[in-house]
Amino acid sequence: MALIEFTDKGLCCPQGKFYIDPWKPVDKALITHAHSDHARWGSKSYLCHTYSKPILQLRLGDNPYQTVEWNENISINGVKVSFHPAGHVIGSSQIRVEYNGEVWVVSGDYKVVDDGISGQFEPVPCNTFITESTFGLPIYKWKLPEQINKDIQNWILKNQEEGRTSVIIAYSLGKAQRVLKAIAEVTQNIFVHGAIYNIHATLMQAGWNLPAVKRVTNETKKEELAGSVVVAPPSADGSSWMKRFTPYSVGVCSGWMQVRGNARRRNVDAGFAMSDHADWAGLLQAVKATGADKVFVTHGFQAQFSRFLNENGIEAAEVKTEYGNDEEEGPTALTAAEE
Amino acid sequence: MNKNIDDIENLIQLEHLRDSAPPTNGGGLGLFANLVKVLGSSTKTNDKLEALVNYFALADNKDKVWVIALFSGRKPKRAVNTTQLITWCIEVTDLPGWLFGESYHTVGDLAETIALLLPETISSEQQHESKPLYFYIEKFKQIEKQDESVKRKFIIESWEQMDQNERFVFNKLITGAFRIGVSQKMMVNALAKFTSLEASVIAHRISGNWDPSTTTFGELLNENPAITDYSKPYPFYLAYALDEEPANLGDPDNWQVEWKWDGIRGQVIKRNNQLFVWSRGEELMTEKFPEYSCLKDLLPDGTVLDGEIIPSIDKKPLPFALLQTRIGRKNVTKKNLQETPITFFAYDLLEYNYEDWRNKPLSERRKQLEAIIRPLTTPTIILSPVISFSDWNELAELRQTSRENGAEGFMIKRKSSLYQVGRKTGDWWKWKIDPLVIDCVMIYAEKGSGRRSNLYTAYTFAVKDGEKLIPFTRAYSGLTDKEFAEVDSFVKRNSLEKFGPVRTVKPELVFEIAFEGIAASNRHKSGVALRFPRINRWRKDKKPDEINTLEDLKKMLEVYGTKPQS
Repeated sequence: MALIEFTDKGLCCPQGKFYIDPWKPVDKALITHAHSDHARWGSKSYLCHTYSKPILQLRLGDNPYQTVEWNENISINGVKVSFHPAGHVIGSSQIRVEYNGEVWVVSGDYKVVDDGISGQFEPVPCNTFITESTFGLPIYKWKLPEQINKDIQNWILKNQEEGRTSVIIAYSLGKAQRVLKAIAEVTQNIFVHGAIYNIHATLMQAGWNLPAVKRVTNETKKEELAGSVVVAPPSADGSSWMKRFTPYSVGVCSGWMQVRGNARRRNVDAGFAMSDHADWAGLLQAVKATGADKVFVTHGFQAQFSRFLNENGIEAAEVKTEYGNDEEEGPTALTAAEE
Repeated sequence: MNKNIDDIENLIQLEHLRDSAPPTNGGGLGLFANLVKVLGSSTKTNDKLEALVNYFALADNKDKVWVIALFSGRKPKRAVNTTQLITWCIEVTDLPGWLFGESYHTVGDLAETIALLLPETISSEQQHESKPLYFYIEKFKQIEKQDESVKRKFIIESWEQMDQNERFVFNKLITGAFRIGVSQKMMVNALAKFTSLEASVIAHRISGNWDPSTTTFGELLNENPAITDYSKPYPFYLAYALDEEPANLGDPDNWQVEWKWDGIRGQVIKRNNQLFVWSRGEELMTEKFPEYSCLKDLLPDGTVLDGEIIPSIDKKPLPFALLQTRIGRKNVTKKNLQETPITFFAYDLLEYNYEDWRNKPLSERRKQLEAIIRPLTTPTIILSPVISFSDWNELAELRQTSRENGAEGFMIKRKSSLYQVGRKTGDWWKWKIDPLVIDCVMIYAEKGSGRRSNLYTAYTFAVKDGEKLIPFTRAYSGLTDKEFAEVDSFVKRNSLEKFGPVRTVKPELVFEIAFEGIAASNRHKSGVALRFPRINRWRKDKKPDEINTLEDLKKMLEVYGTKPQS
C-alpha cells in the first residue's frame, strides 16, 4: 500500500483515511487551496490552512472546517500531516504527509517567487513529490513581479492619457488581489466585478489589508467610470457587461499571454504574462529542492515535464487528475466561465 | 489655408512621438520590433494605422523601403535554413531536441519559439543599441554563400545583442513571411498619410517588380518616377459578396453579368514587347504558364488585361485542382501542357495603347476588350462571356447551372463602373452559389498555428462506409473561438492515440462540412478530393450514426464532380 494512492475520487491516503483535493465527495478532505478545481463541494469535513477557510466558506458554504497553521504538526489516524506555504494564492499550501519515516508532499498549485501576498514557497524535503506542471515547458519564463506590475501600471497610465478605462482581466482569487496592489500604486479609482468584490470583501473581513475598491453595479455612473481601472474575471470579457466602460482597453493577466497567438486569439489590447503558477525554471527548482527520488506530475504538460525529469536522473511519472479544469489551468479556461 | 495649421500640428505630434517613443530602442530593428508588436496586438484599425504612420515618421529611409517590401509579401535572402536555426537554438539553450519540438507545437510559430527559448541576455526594459533593419538584411545576403560556421557565429552573436521582441522579428526575417494582421491596404493608407501621394498611386507604385535592396524610398514614392517599370501591374479591383436580393440592384440593363470562375485572378501585361503575367497575390507567374508566351505576338503593345488564369479545353474550364498541380511544379512538362492547357479568360481592359483606361466606364472597356480579343483564334485567350438575361429571376435560374458551367456563380458589374483599387462596395458584386454540404464525424485532431497555437483546431473528418469510418477531408476553419475551445477540450479528454502531433479522437462530434466542388482523386482513400472545405456548423443535434456515407459522397461526385483527365 502506497502512502498516497491515485484513485477515481482523487489523491487518497489509505493509512490516514483522508483525501487531498478530492474531486468527488469523501469523508475527510484536505484542501491545498480554495480554487474550485481543488476545493470541491460535498465532502463531510474539510481541513485547510487558516487563510483558506473564509474563501472556502464563501464558495462551498457552511461545512465542518478544521484549520491549521503552516508548519503545525497534526496527526490523522497515526499519519503525520503538516501544511507549508505554496505561494500560489492566499492560503495555498503544500501538504506534507509522513508515515513510518516515509514522506510525501502534495504541492497543489505553486509558484516559487514571492508575490507579497500568497506567502513564500517553502521547499519541503521528501521521498515523493507530487507536482503540478501547468507551465511545464521552457517557453514559459516569467518576468519578475515588480517588472510585470510596472508594465501594467504603464499601460494604465497610457490609457488614462488617451481617456480610456483600463479593464484588467484577472482570476478572482489570486491574480485579482495581486494586481490590485499594483493598480493602487497609480490610481485610487478602482472598480471591480461582483465576483471579485465578493472575494475581496471576504478577505477584508478576515483581516487582509487590501486596496479600497468599488463594486460595479447597474447604478454605477458613466462619469465615475471614466479613466478608472476595472478588474473583472475572464467570464466577463467579451460580455455585454463590458459595454458600460466604453471607451476602454482590455488587458489580460495570464501566463498564457506569454505566447502571441493566445493574446491574438483572445483579441485583447494587452496581454501580461503574469501567473500564479511556477514557470519552467520554477518547477525544476522546486522539484530539485525537495530532494525527492520519485516525482509524480499532475495537470499541465505532465508528459513533457516528466520525460525531462526522467532524462535528468529524477524518476518521474504522469498522473491523470481532474485538476486544471478551471481557473488559470488550461488555455481553454481562458474562454470558459470562471464562477 | 489650413495647411499651415496642419503642418504645425503634425510637427507637434512628431515631437510628441519622439518623446514617447520607447526608450529601449533608438531606432533600427528595435523600432521595427515595436511596430510588429503593436500591429500584432492591436485590435483597432486606427491604432494600427497610427503605429504605421509613426513608424514611417521615425524610421531610417532604407528601413522603410524594407518594411514596405516585407509587408507586401517580399522576402529577404534566405541566409540560413530552419534546421540550422533550430540546431543553434538547441545548442545555445542546451535543451533536448524533443523538448524544442514540444515547445514549437505549443507556440505554433518557429521564430517565436526560438525567441521564447533563448536565454535572456538583454531585457526588453534595458536601454540598448539596435542596428538598422537593413543592416541585417544586407548581412543575410553577404553570408548566404559563406561557411556554416560564419553563419552560425553571426546568428548567435546577433541573438546575444537583442531583446526578446527583436529576436522574434529577426527570426521572422530569416524564416519567412510576416503575417501580422496588417493588410496592404492599411499600409498604403499609412503611406498616403505620410506622403502627399494618393492611396491608389501608392498601391500601384509598390506593386510589381521592384527590388528593395536597390530601390530608395525616394524612387519608390517620389512624385514623378524617373524609371519606367514595364512589368508593373495595376492593383486589382475586388468585389464584395452580394448580401441581398439582386432585384435590389434595380434595372438589369445597368448591369453586366459574367460567370465567376474558379481559377487564379490574373493580369496579363504586354509592354515594351515583353509579356508579364501577375497573380492577384502579386506574384510574377509568367514562367509558370508557357502557353501564354504566344500572347506576346498577339496582343498590341501597351495592353493590360484583367482576367482568370484557368485550365480549360474547348472553352470549358477544368477543375481547380488541376491548376494547382501545374502551379506546384518547377518545370512544366509537355504532358502537363497537353493535359491541363491554361487559358486566360479575359474580362477587363486596364490599359490600351499605353493609356490607363481604368477611369473609363466598364461598357467602354468591354467594347475595346472585345475588339482586341475577338479576332484572335488561339485557344490560349478567350473572352469571358457576358451572360444575357432579361430579368433577375431568369438570372437566378441560370445561376443554378453554375456548376455545370464550371463556375461558382456570377459576377455582377455595373456597366458604368470605373476600375477601382482594392475591395470597394457598390459597383461590383459576386453572387456565389450555395456550397455543397455533408455531415461527418471528427476522427483526428492536430494543433493549429499562429493565433490557434496550442489548441486542437485542425481536424480530419470521416463518413461512414458500413461499419467503417473513411477519412475524406481536413478542415481548419468555420468555428467560433469559443467552439474551437470547446472542441479542443473534447479532444484533450477523448484522445485515443497519439501519432506525433496528431491525436486520434473518439468519433463522437458531428460537423457539417461545406465545400465548393468535388473531384475524383486516387490519392485519397475516399476516392474524392474536395475544393475549399470548411466547417459549416457543429451538428450538436446529430449522433455519429446519423452522418453521411461514402455512397453519398460518390453520388455527389457523379452529379457535381469533375473527373480529372487521364
